[in-house]
Amino acid sequence: MQTPIDGTNDSYPDDSGSTRTAPLEAKSPVAEMTNKMVIKDLRFYYKKYEALKGINMALYDKHVTAFIGPSGCGKSTLLRVLNRMYQLYPGQYATGEILVDGQNILDPKLDLNLLRAKIGMVFQKPTPFPMSIYDNIAFGINLYEKLPKSELDGRIEHSLRKAALWGEVKDKLKQSGLGLSGGQQQRLCIARAVAVKPEILLMDEPCSALDPISTQKVEELISELKSDYCIVIVTHSMQQAARSSDYTAFMYLGDLIEFNDTATVFTNPSNKRTEDYITGRFG
Amino acid sequence: MAATLDMTRYRGRQVQSRIALGLACAATSVGLFVLGTILLTLLWNGLSALHPTILTQMTPAPGSKGGLLNAIAGTIAMTTVGVALGTPVGILAGTWIAEYSRGSVLAQMVQFVNDILLSAPSIIVGLFVYELMVVPMGHFSAWAGSVALAILVVPVVLRTTVDMLGLVPSALREAAAALGTPKWRTVTMVCYRAAMQGMLTGIMLAVARVSGETAPLLFTALNNQFWSTNMNAPMANLPVVIFQFALSPYEDWQHLAWGGAILITFTILTLNILARFLATLSSLKQ
Ligand SMILES: Nc1ncnc2c1ncn2[C@@H]1O[C@H](COP(=O)(O)OP(=O)(O)OP(=O)(O)O)[C@@H](O)[C@H]1O
Ligand SMILES: [Mg+2]
Repeated sequence: MQTPIDGTNDSYPDDSGSTRTAPLEAKSPVAEMTNKMVIKDLRFYYKKYEALKGINMALYDKHVTAFIGPSGCGKSTLLRVLNRMYQLYPGQYATGEILVDGQNILDPKLDLNLLRAKIGMVFQKPTPFPMSIYDNIAFGINLYEKLPKSELDGRIEHSLRKAALWGEVKDKLKQSGLGLSGGQQQRLCIARAVAVKPEILLMDEPCSALDPISTQKVEELISELKSDYCIVIVTHSMQQAARSSDYTAFMYLGDLIEFNDTATVFTNPSNKRTEDYITGRFG
Repeated sequence: MAATLDMTRYRGRQVQSRIALGLACAATSVGLFVLGTILLTLLWNGLSALHPTILTQMTPAPGSKGGLLNAIAGTIAMTTVGVALGTPVGILAGTWIAEYSRGSVLAQMVQFVNDILLSAPSIIVGLFVYELMVVPMGHFSAWAGSVALAILVVPVVLRTTVDMLGLVPSALREAAAALGTPKWRTVTMVCYRAAMQGMLTGIMLAVARVSGETAPLLFTALNNQFWSTNMNAPMANLPVVIFQFALSPYEDWQHLAWGGAILITFTILTLNILARFLATLSSLKQ
């Protein structure tokens, strides 16, 4: 990139050619709204293949940002860059900057474990560990905290309540997490992510395996959690994006096409492709 | 789409399918027949030798009565020590290959060499340990026997560890990493747990494999006519005793050899069935 970017510059270079308003300027009546994460010219490569082609945006604290876009446009890829999950695999790398509270998390010297403890993630498919429900949640807590038993119990109950799962599992905490239904497993994974008190929560299609009732519970959870966290959610459901997010980003072929507050994106999109996608004309 | 089914082609395929099925059944029955014959012969000749004294008395001198106690104890001792020595090596090396360097050239090389070791004739291993330990020490010993067995345990355990860890979905590793879990903790607390039953199966298969090995012990632990718990001295063991007694001209000894053969065959059969059972359990869970 020719344009040098420094941390104070709020106007992002726009190489996709689309008109894009920076929401921070467009709508800043909310006084406490702060950038939790600032993404600058983020490019990502699977070996030679460029999956993200220069993303510039900000994610706001205590708000929900939804990512929408057709399959293969790079939503999961972006999420996997935000907690550097891609680092588990050789040949994948990112360029650009991602500032979390002002610190560039793409810095190779950064301690990845500490970073990921701060940025929770919920995956599309439920991934309970092969251990008891209790241990599934205690596992993450015990990594970085040494809590007395009573406090640990309390934290586990609290997390399970937050994930709307407590009532269903409180009598079988010692049973294997693998024995739960798919929807319960997913809420267990959400509880597990919440239990370690992350600052940012990344959710990649968290409801795609859930029935409508569990979906509703997860959405309620999201709206409740956003008072504490910066939440990013990827979804294929327009209704879900419209219902549960404050900001919506539309991606297409590795580009960020449009990013604005959800109401604007859904009622008055500025880009033709966004409109086509939202109204179901393609994707 | 054609409205009529080409009946001649359909019939032709049915005939082919029947022929293939017939061949498969024939091959299976040949295998089962051989196994059945072996087991029946064993039972036929050995059942009468399965007297309780086989478990209480020592191997006798020719012409007198006795049992196999020292040989059974020796086999248990050397198998235990051999598995205890070989299992950690196999698990650690397998973990290194599967979790820390999957796909790297070095890992592929180690796995290739391991596969060779897996199918290496066990007599070679016996000779190797003979050179390595028996010659420098100047005498046969149970330690040498255990080391020879351990060398046979390693490739089996390594192989199953790599295979079983390979079956652990990477989503599970990602989920652990997403919580900020250090790698070693992910491996020991998540991956091992997920692969546990498979890895246990591997260890049991290794036990089954080495507890019946004769060749590597012939050059290392040799045999001992008496009760001995000294790992530094020659030690009796079932396979070598069976080997010696069966080849001897004495009828008592031959009889005992049949008894020993029954014991060891059915123990190994049980171990294998148990391992199978464990493996089925773990695959049911996934
Ligand atoms: N491991 C990988 N190796 C190579 N290319 C990959 C890999 N994972 C994803 N891609 C490619 O990167 C692009 C973005 O994929 P990504 O999974 O981020 O899409 P997505 O927006 O999450 O799609 P979906 O909605 O289907 O989940 C796709 O073209 C995909 O083929
Ligand atoms: Mg995806």
